[in-house]
Amino acid sequence: MGDWRLAAGDRRLPMVELVVFALMAVASVLGALTVIRARNPVYAAMGLLATLFAMGVLYVLQLAHFVDAVQIIVYAGAVMTLFLFVIMLVGVDKQEDTSESIPHQRRLALALGLVAVGVTAALVARGRFSWIPVVSVPADPQATNGTIEAIAEPLFTNWVLAFEATALLLTIAAAGTIALASFRRPAAVPPSKVT
Amino acid sequence: MELAVTAGWYMTLAAILFGIGALGILIRRNALVMFMCIELMLNAVNLTFIAAGRALGKLDGQLAVFFVLVVAAAEVVVGLAIIVAIFRRRQSASVDELAEMRG
Repeated sequence: MGDWRLAAGDRRLPMVELVVFALMAVASVLGALTVIRARNPVYAAMGLLATLFAMGVLYVLQLAHFVDAVQIIVYAGAVMTLFLFVIMLVGVDKQEDTSESIPHQRRLALALGLVAVGVTAALVARGRFSWIPVVSVPADPQATNGTIEAIAEPLFTNWVLAFEATALLLTIAAAGTIALASFRRPAAVPPSKVT
Repeated sequence: MELAVTAGWYMTLAAILFGIGALGILIRRNALVMFMCIELMLNAVNLTFIAAGRALGKLDGQLAVFFVLVVAAAEVVVGLAIIVAIFRRRQSASVDELAEMRG
């Protein structure tokens, strides 16, 4: 359990964390910009994939090992594959209509986004994070070392009700998806074949 | 020179990513790309959870991220099924054409 304290847990290596953080921050922002700028939805999906992987590295940097594994397997693996399947199903060669139905929609959206980022930057620059007692150095690096056993212990004690609720949610979601997928318009299928 | 990466840095990055995702929802009209922007915003919130959890010295942030991931997976499955159902009916994934309920 102690061998996982690479970079982030070891306070003698702040430079390593800084370099990795800078690289992954640039990668995730570029991927995010690709998502909203790419004309082709497949490129947008690839940009999102880059962002998800960069976030995964940032999770490891924050000692969230198990969450990182789930991120790569569930998000980058399952969810993005599903996205690509649906993109192929819906059609990749359709050109998106870029006319604006609301006047000045893009300019207004950009202005709103810049205002939001400006407010956030001002908050950070002036150090308004008083609701977090310790910002610079974590109290105990081992306390937040997110190994599987460290995650499992509270998951099956304090959070067990939420855990069961998500199990129910996933079951309902799967059943609903099957119901949606098997739905046919009455005109498309002869009545005798509707089950 | 002390240049440690604090929780504020992670939160700033998360805020920027959240802003980009919100911007994408405002300017795109392909339902699939809008869905990807929602995923982007969810991930930004996850990063905030983990940074805050680490700064507070608690594991609860990572547990919250775990549940967000589960709910996001369920949401993607249902949402994509709805998009496919709409596409089968109208041969289009543009949200501008879904205006039947306009008042």
